[in-house]
Amino acid sequence: MNTNLFKYCLRLGDNSLILGHRLAEYCSYGPYLEEDISITNTSLDLIGQAEAILKYAALVENAERTADDLAYRRPEIEFYNVQLVEQPNGNFAHLIARQFFIDAFNFYLYSALKESTDNTIASIAAKSLKEVTYHLRRSSEWVIRLGDGTSESKIKMQEAINDFWLYTFEMFEMDEVDEELITKAITVDLKPIQDLWNKKVDEILVMATLTRPEDGYMATGSRKGYHSEHLGYILAEMQYLPRAYPTAKW
Amino acid sequence: MVVAEKTYKHIWKLFEQIPDPEIPVLSILDLGIVRRITSEDDTIVITITPTYSGCPAMNLFEEDIIAKLKENNIMNVRVEMTYDPPWTTAWITDKARKGLEDYGIAPPVRGSQDKGELFKEGVKNVRCPLCKSTNTKVISQFGSTACKALYKCEDCLEPFDYFKCI
Ligand SMILES: [Zn+2]
Repeated sequence: MNTNLFKYCLRLGDNSLILGHRLAEYCSYGPYLEEDISITNTSLDLIGQAEAILKYAALVENAERTADDLAYRRPEIEFYNVQLVEQPNGNFAHLIARQFFIDAFNFYLYSALKESTDNTIASIAAKSLKEVTYHLRRSSEWVIRLGDGTSESKIKMQEAINDFWLYTFEMFEMDEVDEELITKAITVDLKPIQDLWNKKVDEILVMATLTRPEDGYMATGSRKGYHSEHLGYILAEMQYLPRAYPTAKW
Repeated sequence: MVVAEKTYKHIWKLFEQIPDPEIPVLSILDLGIVRRITSEDDTIVITITPTYSGCPAMNLFEEDIIAKLKENNIMNVRVEMTYDPPWTTAWITDKARKGLEDYGIAPPVRGSQDKGELFKEGVKNVRCPLCKSTNTKVISQFGSTACKALYKCEDCLEPFDYFKCI
């Protein structure tokens, strides 16, 4: 097994799976019907993307674990999603800020990964990119609408951007997994992705009449499986059924 | 076993009878979901591709395909999923585009990947399936399913689904 490739697939899959789960929690809490449906549709896209990449992870691991085993039987320390996606939904501005940060990252990452020398990663990236393009359009529009909206919505949007800023650096962290896979052109250097991300974020924040937060303490650890306290609660709920009823089938 | 050309043709034909669960005027062939029919020894392998990654209809398609072929005495069937090349609305047939509009869903605008930059609305010429006016506007990027956006006609004032370009 290529351990680095396996870990990289988990990283991508876990980001989508955990965020998909968070968005599903918001079902029926949207500000109005159409938006509520948008949130759950985004959730569905993400869970679909997670399934595709976790299936591949299972294949790479070659240890008779399925995508479902990886999603529903792994402990917290073996999850590699960035801490941003496990943060609680908070208010609607929080949901949008978190979504905007990760959508912009996914957009540039998948744009690059669709050229991967690994055909499966390339095809999943190409497929996901089509969906993420819509996600980014929607979350960007909301950041602008709320930021450049009423005095109340502006305050809330700015607070949400500030609150999640410390979780944005982690997306661009690289370790030995990246090192090996970059030399094989399976994955890409995250530095240029970060530059593109910064440019997009600045552009949208200007349009939204919001202020880019100062960089301060930045969360880290997810590449090693260290998480905020929230992931444990998510897994407790998400994994309850398959763990309590191991033979249950869809 | 060599599978006869005739059998492949027969199977393609059978797929015309399998409707999309959400848009019953369309068959799985109209949507372009079936990519290949091949055979491995005595097993027929049907390769399908999802419209959207999370499309909840994929499992149903698989079951429907297997059931339809069993009905026709084709017993050894396996359904495989591919993401490459990714599904595109360009694969929706002309007949299906007409079927969509008659059903009340605006078909995807042709030759467009909806690449309009952010905030300049991607699609300007979505036609109202009811009164055929193109004076329409987007209400939400997501409609009743992930593959559709919600639009409103500014002339007849009816809301309608638009099958998004991807
Ligand atoms: Zn009309």
